Amino acid sequence: MRANRLVIRDISLELAAGEALILRGANGVGKTTLLRAIAGFLPLASGTVRLEGDADEASVGERCHYVGHLNGVKRSLSVIETLRFLSAFLGGREDRAEIAAERFALASLLDVPAGYLSAGQKRRLALARLLCAQRPLWLLDEPTVSLDTASQDLLAAVVNAHLASGGMVLGATHIGLGWTNMKTFDLERAAATAELEAP
Amino acid sequence: MRAFLALIANELRLARRQGGALATALGFYLIVVAALPLGLGPDLNLLSRIAPGVLWVALLLSALLTADRMFQDDYEDGTLEIVALGPLPLEMIALAKSIAHWLTVGLPLLALAPLLALMLNMEARAYGPLMLTLLAGTPAVSLLASIGSALTLGLRRAGVLLPLLILPFYVPVLIFGVAAIDAVITGPGSFGAPFTILCALTLVAAVIAPVATAAALRLNLQ
Repeated sequence: MRANRLVIRDISLELAAGEALILRGANGVGKTTLLRAIAGFLPLASGTVRLEGDADEASVGERCHYVGHLNGVKRSLSVIETLRFLSAFLGGREDRAEIAAERFALASLLDVPAGYLSAGQKRRLALARLLCAQRPLWLLDEPTVSLDTASQDLLAAVVNAHLASGGMVLGATHIGLGWTNMKTFDLERAAATAELEAP
Repeated sequence: MRAFLALIANELRLARRQGGALATALGFYLIVVAALPLGLGPDLNLLSRIAPGVLWVALLLSALLTADRMFQDDYEDGTLEIVALGPLPLEMIALAKSIAHWLTVGLPLLALAPLLALMLNMEARAYGPLMLTLLAGTPAVSLLASIGSALTLGLRRAGVLLPLLILPFYVPVLIFGVAAIDAVITGPGSFGAPFTILCALTLVAAVIAPVATAAALRLNLQ
């Protein structure tokens, strides 16, 4: 549901530990809507989103990282301040901020205010919060926007490491990513079949 | 708790870096109070009689001036999405934001008030009550402002709409704040009764405002 309009109906996705799933489909088919609904921002008209194997009753939103179109980066905070805040707020270990900066090749920019970063560097900073706290599910909405090929490789390395340690990634994108253990799900085709099956 | 403190610390750091909001609020407070005697003429008796009311009204308006930015920046740059998925419920985020607003805007305005009281020739024995009522009332000002700020998120003229929405809720705070000071200056009545009600208003705001703000935020995150 988005603005009281039903956007997607009748889909069922399953993602096991260590798997990545890429949503595909034309602009406006509902990739972002689906990701935001899973994160818990949008109300579901019907159905459930469930994360199995959790002992506590944490919501899916609290167990996932969502990187959307907006970077969530403050212009006046430096790279390291941004990451330190995020790891403290999201409940990561103290040294997480430095590790995250290292992995996304931001180590030389630690003291630069984010307002001075280029679009690609800001995107890397936004993605670096994936490593600021340990969370099993990553929801990545077009994560490669404004990233160069080298940075896309950095992201692929981080994602593959996450998958190797049993994490899950749900992404929406149009281009090849070089991630391991990847399935794709075509929203358009799913919508078409749902349409046929509907009475 | 660590997340709660990290959020407040981050807000304070941002306020120190940007600084604009506080300077605007302080400047506005100063100018409104300084302009008033120019309009009313140099009648010292009149000024000292209306001083508590003027100081309170001008403070409310100055605080509102900064309130529309409380969530706006976070909403526009995506920070709100990140904190919404954090370990804290949105109610606690709203409370942390209100506390940060009070620390960065409410407290400095409160510190400026005695200086402005001097400009209005307020009676010496009213300074104590003035500071006490401001200390008790300004947290309610920040808390209620957070509701308006969350409701007007994403609107282009938020800064204009916000005072219309929120000022009516400030009326009780204003009435009992000024009544407590007036009771000391002119009597009759005691300082205690209106002051206690003022404290109660702040406590009620502390309970209701975070819930209302969180509901408005949830709506705007859709």
